[in-house]
Amino acid sequence: MEPFDYAAPKTLNEAIALLVERGDRARVLAGGTDIIVQVREGRRHADLLVDIKRIPEVNILHYDPREGLRLGAAVPCYRIYEDADIARLYPGLIDAVSLIGGIQIQSRASVGGNLCNASPAADTVPALIVHEARCVVMGPAGQRLVPVEEFCVAPGRTVLGRGELLVELRLPPPRPHFGAHYLRFIPRNEMDIAVVGVGAAVALDERRERCVQARIGLAAVAPTPLLVPEAAAALMDGPLTESHFDRAAALAQAAARPISDLRGDAAFRRHLVGVLTKRALRTALQRARET
Amino acid sequence: MTKKAHVQATVNGQPVEFLCEPRQSLLEVLRDELRLTGTKEGCNNGNCGACNVLLDGRLVNSCCVLGVEVEGCQITTIEGIASPQGLHPLQQKFLEHAALQCGICTPGFIVAAKALLDRHPRPTEYQVRHWLAGNLCRCTGYDKIIRAVLDAAGVAASG
Repeated sequence: MEPFDYAAPKTLNEAIALLVERGDRARVLAGGTDIIVQVREGRRHADLLVDIKRIPEVNILHYDPREGLRLGAAVPCYRIYEDADIARLYPGLIDAVSLIGGIQIQSRASVGGNLCNASPAADTVPALIVHEARCVVMGPAGQRLVPVEEFCVAPGRTVLGRGELLVELRLPPPRPHFGAHYLRFIPRNEMDIAVVGVGAAVALDERRERCVQARIGLAAVAPTPLLVPEAAAALMDGPLTESHFDRAAALAQAAARPISDLRGDAAFRRHLVGVLTKRALRTALQRARET
Repeated sequence: MTKKAHVQATVNGQPVEFLCEPRQSLLEVLRDELRLTGTKEGCNNGNCGACNVLLDGRLVNSCCVLGVEVEGCQITTIEGIASPQGLHPLQQKFLEHAALQCGICTPGFIVAAKALLDRHPRPTEYQVRHWLAGNLCRCTGYDKIIRAVLDAAGVAASG
């Protein structure tokens, strides 16, 4: 592995100062399950790894009924799914953090890192999209909020500018009668990269028949994870039926822009978008009815 | 070459200190600096689990942790699994069930299985298979490993 320096700042300001000074040659280290391997294999370059895990703000995991969930950028997957309250309130997120890698990966890998790695196939991103997450970004010019669906701009690239750092994700409190689900297709049972991933969330009216709000997010079918508002809009008309799901699935398929690669060709991926969108919606609906 | 860092940690209950370059993984530190060669390098990219150790009680791939990150941490490697009285029940059951052939994956499987039994002392077969999904074995076909783990937990295997 090429040599690099290591710094473990204890404050956000120190981390930002290092990132400003070293620019593109500095990389943030959280769980390390992507960046260490990428640097070792020469797929990303770093003169300096900035380990953020000693900064208190990036380790926050806190739910408040009015504010929602504050999820620090370096919080590893296991802390999220082992928290019973969060698991109940954010089921789509829990689906995603429970299926990333194996137990070994979940011990270290963070949702913030999954997002900053900006893989088109990132499992947590469709889940964050359907839970309406916003990204708290800090940099030399101060703080800004970025909707999660706008955070990735190309494979491996994000909106983060020089000196900027993802500090936390903020997920609003779930609406009444809310359910969400994330699932993916992989050829194995575990431990694989999504051929297609789909997240869905629905919020129902008081009678739990009509959909009052919905989100659908897709992974591995475009250069970045996608929010598909037109597919969600197709669920808004009258009591929810299977034909709504058919329409939403068709619109999600139309929004997908898949490529063909070793994990699946474009036509297969588009087919999967339809199948998985319907399955994600059915489970999200079932969960919404149970709340 | 970058400056070496001085790191203090606890490995298998013993305080240790070592010098390492930032680019050295915990796996490299264990094997090359501390001479604990029971932990194996398989894929070196987080897929195979051969390098599994416990870091502050959590199962990790030591190839995906930097040596400099473990300052102040508690690490358990395969060398720390047996007691002075003898083999750990998992080790004994791996022997009895012949749950290994070439042996490269075995330390990782034992450490991973210990992490499982520490959290779920009476796991189902499904739990064992799911928990060990991050450990690859190209010899056994897994079945003997699963049976050994279930036997060590005092649970009868199905089928």
